[in-house]
Amino acid sequence: MSTVQRNMSLTGEPPKTINTQQKIASFIGLLGLMVLVLAFFNLNFPNKSLWLTASIIAIGGGTVWFSIAAYANKHEGIKNDGVYFKSLTSKGFWAWILGIFLTLFYVLLYWFPQYLGLAQDGNNSGVVALFDPLSQFLNGGPASQWFLYGTLYTLAILAFGIKFLLKYRHNKYEKLRTYSVMFFQLGFAFLIPELMSRLNSDSFSLPYYDLKNIWPLNYYNFEQYRVDSFISAGDIGLGLLIFGVASIFIITPILTYKYGKRWYCSWVCGCGGLAETAGDPFRHLSDKSQMAWKVERWVIHSVLVFVVLMTTAVVYSYLGDDSSKYWLTKNTFLISVAVFLTLVFAGTWIFKRDELKKDAKLGAIGYFVIIISLIGFHYFSGTKLFLFEAETLRQTYGFLIGAVFSGVIGVGFYPIFGSRVWCRFGCPMAAILGFQQRLFSKFRITTNGGQCISCGNCSTYCEMGIDVRAYAQKGENIVRSSCVGCGICSAVCPRGVLKLENGPLEKRISSNEILLGNDVDLMNYVNK
Amino acid sequence: MEHIVIIGNGIAGITAARHIRKLSDKKITIISAETDHFFSRTALMYVYMGHMRWRDIEPYESWFWKKNRLELINAYVETVDTNNKTLHFKKGGSLTYSKLIIATGSVTNTFGWEGLELNGVQGLISKQDLEKLEKNAPNNNVCPRAVIIGGGLIGVEMAEMLRTRKIEVTMLVREDGFWANVLPKQDAKMISRHIVSHGVDLRHNEELDKIIGDRDGNVKSVITKNGEEIPCSVVGITTGVKPNISFLKNSKIETDRGILVNRKLETNIEDVYAIGDCAQQREPISNRPPIEAVWYTGRMMGEALAQTICGNPFEYKPGNWFNSAKFFDIEYQTYGWVFSAERRKDYEAQFHWKCESDLRCITISYNKDNNEFLGINTFGIRMKQEVFDNWLNEKRSLDYVVKSLKQANFDPEFFKRYEREILKEYLSLTETVT
Repeated sequence: MSTVQRNMSLTGEPPKTINTQQKIASFIGLLGLMVLVLAFFNLNFPNKSLWLTASIIAIGGGTVWFSIAAYANKHEGIKNDGVYFKSLTSKGFWAWILGIFLTLFYVLLYWFPQYLGLAQDGNNSGVVALFDPLSQFLNGGPASQWFLYGTLYTLAILAFGIKFLLKYRHNKYEKLRTYSVMFFQLGFAFLIPELMSRLNSDSFSLPYYDLKNIWPLNYYNFEQYRVDSFISAGDIGLGLLIFGVASIFIITPILTYKYGKRWYCSWVCGCGGLAETAGDPFRHLSDKSQMAWKVERWVIHSVLVFVVLMTTAVVYSYLGDDSSKYWLTKNTFLISVAVFLTLVFAGTWIFKRDELKKDAKLGAIGYFVIIISLIGFHYFSGTKLFLFEAETLRQTYGFLIGAVFSGVIGVGFYPIFGSRVWCRFGCPMAAILGFQQRLFSKFRITTNGGQCISCGNCSTYCEMGIDVRAYAQKGENIVRSSCVGCGICSAVCPRGVLKLENGPLEKRISSNEILLGNDVDLMNYVNK
Repeated sequence: MEHIVIIGNGIAGITAARHIRKLSDKKITIISAETDHFFSRTALMYVYMGHMRWRDIEPYESWFWKKNRLELINAYVETVDTNNKTLHFKKGGSLTYSKLIIATGSVTNTFGWEGLELNGVQGLISKQDLEKLEKNAPNNNVCPRAVIIGGGLIGVEMAEMLRTRKIEVTMLVREDGFWANVLPKQDAKMISRHIVSHGVDLRHNEELDKIIGDRDGNVKSVITKNGEEIPCSVVGITTGVKPNISFLKNSKIETDRGILVNRKLETNIEDVYAIGDCAQQREPISNRPPIEAVWYTGRMMGEALAQTICGNPFEYKPGNWFNSAKFFDIEYQTYGWVFSAERRKDYEAQFHWKCESDLRCITISYNKDNNEFLGINTFGIRMKQEVFDNWLNEKRSLDYVVKSLKQANFDPEFFKRYEREILKEYLSLTETVT
């Protein structure tokens, strides 16, 4: 990463505008945060429900007031003035402070929850204890660090969601999308699982299940304890288990075919939800270089391969050998995985080979050969599946990808690398959806003839680091695996050049040497 | 090997270079005194406004030039010796060419007012202009008020820029509506109201008389033709642009306001071509002005000339006219010809619809003799170029266009649609007429 050139000025500093109301609102929000920090340092608040409520209201209310003060008196329209002048949004001092703060929080959350006050036995203390009343109210039990995290996460999506709604109040696509992520976070990710756990008793127990959190993003969905628990919970449990499998193999392909991966990534997903709301001020920090794109393709698909191997190994490890006891045995499972992967590989190779770039072909062949030979190897020499213990794979994945990548780097580094680092480089779910979007989907971003002026707003504000301009200035549709369909490129375009659309598959990708508006003969001659 | 030398690294020159490279292996050298790399001139404003950094408005990464063997020279060409096919640089040194493409763009057009030499008087065309503005108007302490002379596209950009730093802006516009020498009156009036709503002190029917300086040679105020004195620290001159060709004074290349070219973009000298803002057609093409200072036409000339240079002679034969702009929050697109009052043809009539919000309107022009659709201005509603291009080629009727407007909509999904409202107004008008 090169250093940021903050402005062109040699003499004066442009104003960094934040008005009095915004200052007061920030102060209130920080007061709310202060309550949490004091609780973290073990200040024992007497009336926890009251203080927690005050803190949440102060944080949420402060954020909303800040947004109203920032946008309400301005015209409807694009609000990117001074983005590159403000320290917080241009990798300045405050960006680093926030980044470090968030990173430390994630480190505590994942590896040292005891410092947050989580007690294994007995009563919670510290900041986790502050959340006990709310947890009691929702699910009947004491809070955990994950309950605290879930509450703050939801609060962030709701409060910054309102900010986003005000900022883009002229744009109905952006508004609907934001209502959607706010709804799914509050309902599906937060309230429903908490209320579901109220149903649990000694004889009936469902695992904590955020229904919209689909494998492989939810990489632990098919682990033994969950599957056992699903099966033991009768029809409801079985239904949920079937839903979990159907989500990725049936529902996802259909929706992605019709609408592109945006139906999930920027309308439903919680990671996407946070990135689109709290992460919105940092969207322009994504790396747009071609080099970053190359790295992205290798890293994200490697994570996908990793999660497939890991899940296969884990499921394999708890299945039995005797088909008379249960139809799905170790062998049946492993063979189905091999057959499925072969079908996907062969289908893509036969029908879509021409659309793959050289590195995609290399990667596809390479990874396919590795997986299939590992499975074959296991059969013929009886070594451990995929060379490692399933448990080792599971733990490594959970640590490296589940915690370090998606949490610490993904969110902790928002102010430095932008808001979608995890979604772009790491998320295996995004890799699957992206694969479908690139090859089997009606979704594309269309360009309006020859109207592009190469200004660069689209590329700059693409959170996925797509160089949108490179396509738009050639009059070419944008069909990229990574595009989450947030619609901001279209919103910031000053000349109305970009539009997100679902359309026919024919001519979905085509580039023009000579753009519309020029000599018809020349266009026909060169574009044939 | 044939050596193609291009003076100017704007959209015209760079488009020509890219297409020549695609078609051939010729040696290509691009000379510019402005910047090392191509940037989007239309995006200059966004750097001052803090939306983007300088490198964000450069469409190609720096490896692009080497990879495509486009040699870049940062130098100012002082003289062009066409007899010896040699360019001489101001900093010394020279370069010989086999074929020369002049794509030097525009400079600010002024009308010889008193005080133009004062510090704080500037246009907004080049990177140097942007740096100047950053120096002249970094914030509203250094520059509490600026006066912008002329109401055109650069003028409104400059006003928007300055307003983001809370600098008071007064605009002097000769006409009684914004850009009314190009826009029909109702369109111009709506844009005027929008500009005023952004806190700009917009003065219609007002012109600059002279600029007054202080003892240190800085701008102190301007005096208008009506005799009013307006104190200010910056004077933005945005009364149009003119070809940047002063370096050709002593050359044999024939010029008028711009470099005179034929339809193949050839000048009077063999192997010397001119494209973009600096070129002037000897015979205007249909309704187009002989000098077209627009991003798109620069690009199209580059596309056409590259073919000619590479052995497939093509004339510059642009299709239907189109253009776009943004006035603060209102986007504008135009397809075909919609003329202002002063330029309107005898046969042209117009249908106008305006949204209640005062932020959207369309004006459709048509031939009143046969109802043929001639063009559309659309404000605040995005429309498809391809659809209008076809309708213009097919010579569709006004009736057809208004009734089929839905097909042309290019607004994002879920946006409110206005076709029905437009149709209703259209029908009510035609009913009263017949």
